[in-house]
Amino acid sequence: MIRFENVSVTYDGAARPAVRDVDLEVPEGELVLVVGPSGVGKSTVLGAVGGLVPHFTGGTLRGRVTVAGRDTRTHKPRELADVVGTVGQDPLSHFVTDTVEDELAYGMESLGLAPDVMRRRVEETLDLLGLADLRDRHISTLSGGQQQRVAIGSVLTPHPKVLVLDEPTSALDPAAAEEVLAVLQRLVHDLGTTVLMAEHRLERVVQYADQVVLLPGPGERPWMGAPADVMAVSPVCPPVVELGRLAGWSPLPLTVRDARRRAAPLRERLEGGRPEPDTAAARTAAPARRLFGRAKKENAGVPEPVAQARSLAVRRDRVQALTRVDLTVSPGETVALMGRNGAGKSTLLGALVGLVAPSSGSVRTGGAVPHRTRPRDLVRKVGLVPQEPRDLLYADTVAAECAAADRDAEAEPGTCRALLGELLPSVADDMHPRDLSEGQRLTLALAVVLTARPPLLLLDEPTRGLDYAAKARLTAILRRLAAEGHAIVMATHDVELAAELAHRVVLLAEGEVIADGPSAEVVVASPAFAPQVAKILAPQPWLTVAQVKEALER
Amino acid sequence: MRETDRSGRPGLARPRPERGTPPAGVPVPRPRRALHPGAWWLWALALGTAATRTTNPLLLALLITVSGYVVAVRRPHTPWARSYGAFVKLAAAVLVLRLAFAIVLGSPIPGTHILFTLPEVPLPDWAQGIRLGGRVTAEGLAFALYDALRLAALLICVGAANALASPSRLLKSLPGALYELGVAVVVALTFAPHLIADVRRLRAARRLRGRPDKGVRGLVQVGLPVLEGALERSVSLAAAMDARGYGRTAEVPTAVRRTTAALTLGGLLGVCAGTYGLLTAAGGSYGLPVLLAGLASALAGLWLGGRRSVRTRYRPDPWDARAWLVSASGAAVAALLILAGSLDPGSLDPGVVPLEPPTLPLWPAAAVLLGLLPAFVTPAPEAARDPRKEPTT
Repeated sequence: MIRFENVSVTYDGAARPAVRDVDLEVPEGELVLVVGPSGVGKSTVLGAVGGLVPHFTGGTLRGRVTVAGRDTRTHKPRELADVVGTVGQDPLSHFVTDTVEDELAYGMESLGLAPDVMRRRVEETLDLLGLADLRDRHISTLSGGQQQRVAIGSVLTPHPKVLVLDEPTSALDPAAAEEVLAVLQRLVHDLGTTVLMAEHRLERVVQYADQVVLLPGPGERPWMGAPADVMAVSPVCPPVVELGRLAGWSPLPLTVRDARRRAAPLRERLEGGRPEPDTAAARTAAPARRLFGRAKKENAGVPEPVAQARSLAVRRDRVQALTRVDLTVSPGETVALMGRNGAGKSTLLGALVGLVAPSSGSVRTGGAVPHRTRPRDLVRKVGLVPQEPRDLLYADTVAAECAAADRDAEAEPGTCRALLGELLPSVADDMHPRDLSEGQRLTLALAVVLTARPPLLLLDEPTRGLDYAAKARLTAILRRLAAEGHAIVMATHDVELAAELAHRVVLLAEGEVIADGPSAEVVVASPAFAPQVAKILAPQPWLTVAQVKEALER
Repeated sequence: MRETDRSGRPGLARPRPERGTPPAGVPVPRPRRALHPGAWWLWALALGTAATRTTNPLLLALLITVSGYVVAVRRPHTPWARSYGAFVKLAAAVLVLRLAFAIVLGSPIPGTHILFTLPEVPLPDWAQGIRLGGRVTAEGLAFALYDALRLAALLICVGAANALASPSRLLKSLPGALYELGVAVVVALTFAPHLIADVRRLRAARRLRGRPDKGVRGLVQVGLPVLEGALERSVSLAAAMDARGYGRTAEVPTAVRRTTAALTLGGLLGVCAGTYGLLTAAGGSYGLPVLLAGLASALAGLWLGGRRSVRTRYRPDPWDARAWLVSASGAAVAALLILAGSLDPGSLDPGVVPLEPPTLPLWPAAAVLLGLLPAFVTPAPEAARDPRKEPTT
């Protein structure tokens, strides 16, 4: 169905090709997953299928890409529109019209289908994707999962033979991701659609793949094979595979179910062990090392909470975003805020940093009322890295950004740069923040926020768009910060991250706190939020591969 | 799908149906299709036309009330519909500005009722004819008020059209040959709300850096990132549109293509010549026929040009009896006021010199009330659903 013959793509002005020697064939009706670290050209491969690379992006494509027998060299994206449906990373920039129903019809209108056919297919697609109740809704009022479903639906209505998806579940909460994946599953099974998809969150998708294309590094030859074979050597892999590698299982299990069936001996070996209370202990133990030399007040007895919300309620645009939320964060504690898209996680973070004024109740961070405090004073009490770290960056070089951060925080010149050097040694001074990778940009924003040395650090969706390596680096950085006494509150959909880092998990639903307790208890209690290792080794209390590894080595 | 919704969210306190959904088993009544957007625009523009025919403040206030009432009861629950408030504010600003100018710069209306006298600023010779400060007369103020009220009413009518039927819905009804132009306008129209959202987000982010998030400086500093973001979004939207088949064209024979070009060009020339003829005294005889012929030829060109577009239309808004009624009610208001203006100009343009209180002329007022018809013949908008805005993506 899709055929790449010796394809290399070189973008204009680039010294090396973005992808090289791609030679693969995707048969009809398969779900193929493209995996690899950040920046290896996954999006380039996906774009080449729909003809957007190079017709839209520029650059030179050598070799030949054919889709359903059509050569993308001679067919422009619009002439492939009836065989390829492409959904990019950000569904919002995909929408042309403003209501759900019109959006589903748009592609068919462009192709000139007959009105009765259009009507039928819109109704079918509304049912297939569970959007019937939302048909007249304005797209901007939908939740993230709903928008993603509308975006998929909008390319499905012309009945394309091939569906190309770039990170369809990265921004979604676990339940919404399941919804989207269930839809894809149905398309592959019932309609025989060929699906080509890139995704960083492998733990969500790898079990659905028929084949996996691995792009091991920039400019390296891609390799395609059965998921278990590819995962055995892949530099990026989900926890279930990592555990399988650790335990030496062969063939590698890809699903929690397969792993559980093989896990009996492992469970036996781990019997009686308990996870090292490594991170939780850091709170009480004296900080071993001070990375940022923050002067920490050692009060005897109970430490003063760095943030406290009491029956906090927030109303936004006539919507009750938060109701009666109580939250106390003590120094050195890492709290994960979880819950589905739109549950009020970002609003709670916004209230803690003064972006959102409470409509009733009180919120205090570091003894100050955040929305009444001057921004210049507030940065010394609390720092937030927003969902899109780019929002924090204004300057056109890394050095200028750091200098501005020192000025904003009234810190010694060079503070921010020194911090950045420790967090991210490789970054050059004269780079433009826009040219950094997602992970690097996040770290830069983190360094900017940390320049003012806030005792409370807030992170909104920090792992979105990060590959496993970048995530591991971020985890290590946050661990060190927590060990130094920084309190960290992060809103995340990433259950693995929460399991790895958080001492406490706070679960939000429709603006209310529905669970608040030690992460091991909260995440294991709810299947949607349980990490894979916990599911495999239940009822034993292991949460991460690192814990298991440590226990086996003991 | 709702089934999987529930099973897919175990562990949470309660299952959640899709927002705004009635409990399972209750059938959702399909609302009748909305009125053709063209009808709303015709109605509102006709009311606007009527407003330009009079300076009677009572009639103008009645017009504003009529359009405001219809908007209040018939505006759909979409983000677009909220633009009405912005238009009302704009109209108020026009009113205030016009009065302020009349006070500061004086008014050409000779008046005898002096309300108060501002200190007059002496101006040099070259600025002759301009006055700063000086006497402020009741006549001058009344004249300015009537004049501004007329413009305000016109603006509010346009706002009503915007609120009742978003321009993008109207553009969907354009003929095929103009479709691509229509899409360009629609994209431009959605650009502005996105831009405003971006500015808000980035200004909030300034606070996180410890900079003040208010004031003009903040706005200037976020300008560049906002424009960058907007540009990136436009490029990815263009890519998405291309990938979804925007701009596909059908093969048409060369003869048809040439005929289209000739008809359109000739038609436009004809329209120009005809208009010129109509406007000059000499061309009174040939003006109208040439204009009509040009118009016909241009329309034929458009129709023929539509054959190049392969596009079809999904559920076009039907132009039904209600649409006729709505547009006719607007047209009737405009026509009756024009008629009243020629029969009895005094009541529609109350004099300011000598100053007299305006009276409400009875039958033009009754004519304006005809504009209320849409409030009764069109379907009520759907009940408001939870317009919950998702703060996260």
